[in-house]
Amino acid sequence: MSSLDTTNAVARRPFPGRRARFGDVLLQGVAGLAALGATFLVGLIVYKIVQGSKLSLSTFGLGFVTHIAWNPVAGHLDFGAGAFLFGTAVTSVGALILATPLALAVALFLSELSPNWLRGPVTALVETLAAIPSVLIGLWGILVLGPFLLNHVDPALHSALGFIPLFGPATYASNVFTAIVVLTIMILPIIASISRELFLGVPGELKEGALALGLTRWEMVRGVVFPYARGGVAAAMILGFGRAIGEAIAVQQVIGGFTGTHLLWNLFSPGDTIGSKIAANYQGSQTGLELSSLVYLALILLVFSLIVNVVAQVIVRRSARRLGTSA
Amino acid sequence: MSAANLSALQRPNDRLRRRKAVNRGMELVAWLAAAIAVGLLGILVFSVAQHGASQLNLNLLTKSQVAYDPTAKQGLANAFAGTLVIVAVATAMALPVGILIAIYVNEFAQRKIRAGVGFVLDILSGVPAIVIGFFVYGLIVISHGQSGLAGSFALAILMLPFVARSTIEVLALVPNSLREAGLGLGAPRWRTTLGIVLPQSIGGILTGATLAVARTAGETAPLLFCSSIVGNGISWNPLHAVQSIPVAIFELSESPYPQDHARAWSGGLVLILFILFASLGARWLATRSRRKLGRAAR
Repeated sequence: MSSLDTTNAVARRPFPGRRARFGDVLLQGVAGLAALGATFLVGLIVYKIVQGSKLSLSTFGLGFVTHIAWNPVAGHLDFGAGAFLFGTAVTSVGALILATPLALAVALFLSELSPNWLRGPVTALVETLAAIPSVLIGLWGILVLGPFLLNHVDPALHSALGFIPLFGPATYASNVFTAIVVLTIMILPIIASISRELFLGVPGELKEGALALGLTRWEMVRGVVFPYARGGVAAAMILGFGRAIGEAIAVQQVIGGFTGTHLLWNLFSPGDTIGSKIAANYQGSQTGLELSSLVYLALILLVFSLIVNVVAQVIVRRSARRLGTSA
Repeated sequence: MSAANLSALQRPNDRLRRRKAVNRGMELVAWLAAAIAVGLLGILVFSVAQHGASQLNLNLLTKSQVAYDPTAKQGLANAFAGTLVIVAVATAMALPVGILIAIYVNEFAQRKIRAGVGFVLDILSGVPAIVIGFFVYGLIVISHGQSGLAGSFALAILMLPFVARSTIEVLALVPNSLREAGLGLGAPRWRTTLGIVLPQSIGGILTGATLAVARTAGETAPLLFCSSIVGNGISWNPLHAVQSIPVAIFELSESPYPQDHARAWSGGLVLILFILFASLGARWLATRSRRKLGRAAR
């Protein structure tokens, strides 16, 4: 962002007293219109989603968010996001727990440890991982990862941690845990590449000072790099979390789907998230209250993504300002 | 007495050894993590290549997908054609608007507005793809039915922040001396912008556009609601719903038949090859244009 500030004020303002030319006004007008259009678009998205969910909003109110039900049978229509919201929370928090330490270690490797010849290629490969389409990760998740986890990992976790209610017996290859692993793969490169940049931004004299005091490299990282990049790492985690709650396709492919009429306390049984529930109904045969309730689910996702992004932006800006004044 | 002295002397050494061991362990963890990250990419690409290669032939590109029939030579021709059309139209929508936004932000807007537009772009890129798909569904599909155009519009919304942000970065790299030279020669600002600044940064803009295309060509969620109910014929008409590679993979991946899985893998292989080549091409373009800008700055 700071690179934007290099534009000189000379080029920005016409000479005083000179009449603006028609071409200048035209270009500025058209370009400004495009920028205004982007802002308008965000507003329109919010408006359309709210409008689409109006029927469900007026029927169920805010209680929809925590209400646990999904019954599309005529005469018994009853909808609520509770079970799916719970699924979204479990999968994204699980993915965040798995991905964060891994991503921070990757970022540390790239910023502190890697030999020079390895740094460029590994950085490029980690970024390529972020470019793999979610539908392909989902395809791999269904046909390769899911069966592998079912045969080798799920039973081991169940027998080791079975006393915790979440680690129940595994029955299907498509289950919540597979979705967590898939989401982990998807948010790992996001958190890793943001953290790498943050770690590289830690001033060299601070690190050298710590090393000169006799600290080992790990103690230097814990005492200097982590505290310095703390705010940014939090923002990176929030962005990764936002990505995880919004992902629909890959999750829908591997999570299996369920009725949505109860909270699911077993990681190894098929489930659903808000995103996967929407994606599963893509053929668009729903009408009336069911369709409106699906849009309401999208509204919940939209609100979460807006909150997540605003919070991350605020943290980034605040820590940038802090770094700007200390530098 | 002497034993106590000895242990007191030894203690610092023990601690140092432990600290070094912890350090060694953490370095090992970081190496392992990097190996896992690269290994995941390797396993993914290898799986797709391994399962997809056997089906990668002319039939895939020329024959269309028909109803389940294990003996028929089936391909994904309709999906390839549809993806080409949808992505081309989406790029045609997003590229000019994105460049215009970048021009406004970089050449005209004041600091506060610049920050505001940047904020809006961040918000827009944070909206989940499935929500954008539902938005276009409500905006266009409910009243006009599914079409390739609706899908393109949804993809263009995803592309826009990518294109705008990368173009903003590239325009900021153009040295001010060039703008001043243009203005100094008496050229109006619009000519300086369109005739000097834009051509200088065209390489970088194309890089950003290529990356945006590579990132969005594989997007499934926006197309599911906009262009997914399709026949099996090849259609180049974006006014009708057209099949696309990601949607085809999505549907085939949930089929119970191994033949369908094979086709999904092979479609995925083509998609992944396209994305890898586009990303590498963009990287190459980026280093080239940076070198050129470096020369201009000197």
